[in-house]
Amino acid sequence: MTRVINATPARPLRIALGLLPFALLILLYLIGSDARLEANPNDKLLPAFSQIGDAIERMAFEPSKRSGEYLFWVDTASSLSRLGMGIAIAAVLGLSLGLLTGTLPMVSANLSPLLTVVSLVPPLALLPILFIVFGLGEVSKVALIAIGITPFIARDIQRRAQELPAEQLVKAQTLGANTSQILIRIVLPQLMPKLFDAVRLSLGAGWLFLIAAEAVAATDGLGYRIFLVRRYMAMDVILPYVAWISLLAFLIDYLLAQLSRWLYPWHVKEAN
Amino acid sequence: MSTSESNDTAFIEARNVWKSYGDTTVLERLNLTVNKGEFVTLVGTSGCGKSTFLKLLLGTESVSKGELLLNGEPIPAEPGPDRGIVFQQYSVFPHITVLENVMAAHALKRSGITGYLFGTHKKNAAKAASEILDQVGLSHALNKYPHQLSGGMKQRLAIAQALLGKPEILLLDEPFGALDPGIRSDMHKLVLDLWREHQLTVFMVTHDLKEGFYLGTRLWVFDKTRHDPQAPGAYGARITYDLPVGEVCDQKFQVIDDQINPKPDIQVA
Repeated sequence: MTRVINATPARPLRIALGLLPFALLILLYLIGSDARLEANPNDKLLPAFSQIGDAIERMAFEPSKRSGEYLFWVDTASSLSRLGMGIAIAAVLGLSLGLLTGTLPMVSANLSPLLTVVSLVPPLALLPILFIVFGLGEVSKVALIAIGITPFIARDIQRRAQELPAEQLVKAQTLGANTSQILIRIVLPQLMPKLFDAVRLSLGAGWLFLIAAEAVAATDGLGYRIFLVRRYMAMDVILPYVAWISLLAFLIDYLLAQLSRWLYPWHVKEAN
Repeated sequence: MSTSESNDTAFIEARNVWKSYGDTTVLERLNLTVNKGEFVTLVGTSGCGKSTFLKLLLGTESVSKGELLLNGEPIPAEPGPDRGIVFQQYSVFPHITVLENVMAAHALKRSGITGYLFGTHKKNAAKAASEILDQVGLSHALNKYPHQLSGGMKQRLAIAQALLGKPEILLLDEPFGALDPGIRSDMHKLVLDLWREHQLTVFMVTHDLKEGFYLGTRLWVFDKTRHDPQAPGAYGARITYDLPVGEVCDQKFQVIDDQINPKPDIQVA
């Protein structure tokens, strides 16, 4: 008899096993939804798939009666632009800070303690301050994402820079390189794929800060919409929005992974 | 031997050099001179300070006491283009191709901010790079990344790169330690050819006494002459043999071999 530890599923079986939990969840939902709707046709907690479909149709493919906008796409566009800006700012800041503190001992002595302390401040606790300082507009939301993620990226990049073999830096010096040449030609390109990794890891936190900021003060956005329709218990809108956010998160992560692989072919193979 | 030469500015001269880390003395009382064009191999047990001596020459470590002079001046306290280095590993840049690795050596030699080349400079560098890569036998791998190369090819690349800095001194820190014996002898030939052609002064640290005996012009054996069992770090290593290569009999080989590779069991010599 094969030990369980050695039993590996063939490809069709593996796919079936992977799909099984999803199917079970959907089945459970359908049973629960049917039971509740049977008891009370106006129940809002577990809408039927047809009701969810209607809600998607209404939000995404019909102009809003009040503003004439296609709310679903407007929400998506504003959320993605906030997230994109916040993460872009965090990536640039984090890369610069990490590169400099990871390679220049003088800068590290100067900034590393501050970075450590800042990274311990819970970003959400800063949200009220941001609202006070920047007002309730876009800036405070973007700032929350940037402030929340920058310390993580900076410290990760700093560590990666310190992990580069000292031999490489010595070698570059024996070829006559000055400090900026070493940073730009040798260290920075090797940190770029690490930056992609760090950004991918911080996307989850980015979404968290985005939705929190939108929930507190916004006039559009995926997080705003979810918290708005919660007042009417509109699960038929909330559920597809949550699914859409998850799908977006997955797609962004996937695209970043592919982009990194395409831009830095040496990195993937080197890691193997 | 040549240490007795009396020209007042030897190429490299150590005057009572000591190196210690805290309470641990690694090297002590080193006095030596090296002339231009010598090929010195450094052997000894592990931890005997031969790599430390190489780092002193390289400039990543500095002497604790005494003076280490290059052309009569103290050796700069940081690595520079006059002293090329090939390490056992991590000597090449993993994020750029073979050709770019050598071109980068051109770019880093020029003053500038980015270390990238543009226009005609780039074209000229590419041409010069392909030539030297041809010389070290890598012309078939110009567009490969270092991780696609074998250990021997990587070291060829590292050597090609180091030579482009036009160093006076080439430091080799166990460069062939990780290579197969067959590839090693190819590399020996390559290093000897380049040493003659570029008129380099070479220092090579090696584990392999044979390599030390037959490759260079001069062999240094590092060992401790004084031992304090209560404080193993109290005394440092000195150069116990300083031999011209090619004038050594087998007996001496065996004596040194026993010294640097102590064998616990009985063995027929």
